Amino acid sequence: MLHTKLNHIESTQQYQELLSSGKKIAVVCGRMGPMCIPVYDVMDSLKTKYPDVEFMDMEFDAPVAAETIRRLPETRSFQGLPFTVYFRDGKVAAATSSIQNKQQVKEILDAKLK
Amino acid sequence: METHPYDAIVLGGGPAGLTAAIYLARARLSTLVLDTGTPGGQMNLSHEVANYPGVLVTSGAELGRIMRSQAESFGARVISQVDLLGLDLKSELKLVEVEDEGVFSAPVVILAPGGSPRTLGLDSERRFMGRGISYCATCDGDFFAGQDIAVIGGGNSALEEAVSLTKYASSVTILHEFDHFQAHPWAVEQARTNPKIRFLMEQMVTDFEGDERLAAVTSIHKVTGKTVRVPVTGTFIFIGYVPRTVFLSGQVELSDRGEILTDERMRTNLPGVYAAGDARAKPYRQITTAVSDGTIAAIHAAEVVENWKKKAK
Repeated sequence: MLHTKLNHIESTQQYQELLSSGKKIAVVCGRMGPMCIPVYDVMDSLKTKYPDVEFMDMEFDAPVAAETIRRLPETRSFQGLPFTVYFRDGKVAAATSSIQNKQQVKEILDAKLK
Repeated sequence: METHPYDAIVLGGGPAGLTAAIYLARARLSTLVLDTGTPGGQMNLSHEVANYPGVLVTSGAELGRIMRSQAESFGARVISQVDLLGLDLKSELKLVEVEDEGVFSAPVVILAPGGSPRTLGLDSERRFMGRGISYCATCDGDFFAGQDIAVIGGGNSALEEAVSLTKYASSVTILHEFDHFQAHPWAVEQARTNPKIRFLMEQMVTDFEGDERLAAVTSIHKVTGKTVRVPVTGTFIFIGYVPRTVFLSGQVELSDRGEILTDERMRTNLPGVYAAGDARAKPYRQITTAVSDGTIAAIHAAEVVENWKKKAK
């Protein structure tokens, strides 16, 4: 269980429903670790600035992550937590590995999800 | 633009800044903490803190969360992930402009911006970050189970993390720029007696190679000039910290290393401006020393605020 202010994706069905909704989504897949906590915090701080984006998290060690985010071709080469994946129209628009600061996240949101 | 007045503004929400906020708010001064990142600062990077008096063992993130709650319980306001747009520390009333929040004013400002992990500054380092290069062994160590990896650095963090990474890796090569370590002797001994660890001393790392993922580290021996290519799939970099003071250049006096210069009461060269924590020029950087700095700065700053209020009446 991730203790963040983000909504959690806890099942593959929930993940698939979100993707099929066509919404703009940013998913941070991580643990409650030093590199992950700042990224959850960044996403939380951007909720009001990007009201059309759903900011979600997913527990890296939960079955849902193994069945979804960790299986994506875009995350295949990733070796740093968290895995952050941005979706638009049900498809991966961008993906990053390891810690990202607010500026880096904003650049991706502006370039890929606007 | 509307200005929001406070008695004190603290820039930075690590242990120094949050301690200052606890003392200021407890002295019934309206206190604002602005953090450009996540409150807790570099404590958030410590998986385990076992040398903070009164706490047997905890995580840095948990200690930061408690410090923030404590400051807020006394009335301090903490805003995280702020974008600083402007700073005027030279006027009697200090001004701080923050995107989406407006302008904040106070007669005193405590600078506690902390530091960031030092990087090598190589383009290839950025390219492989999260694809083989990491700055957190506890976060990413398990990605390298059964693999050959490298650790760059020669301080306590580098040697302690190298030992902890042997839980996962087949081998750990430590590359260090000097012919001796800065780490405590006991940390050096632990690393030297670990059969999975080998050492390459006096190395200047020049490049990281690979395709989608890291495949090797290249370095040059600083004396002989001989190039060494170390095949590794992971590299962990622990080469210290740099003070986050670029935004203060031209405002307060900095050392040639970019650290804020203060006197023993944490006063900078500007009246009403204090500094505390790892961004201050000082020999030792620990959570406890940051807490000490924050306490001293806040106690003296509180006196200045009270005098300022009397004068303003």
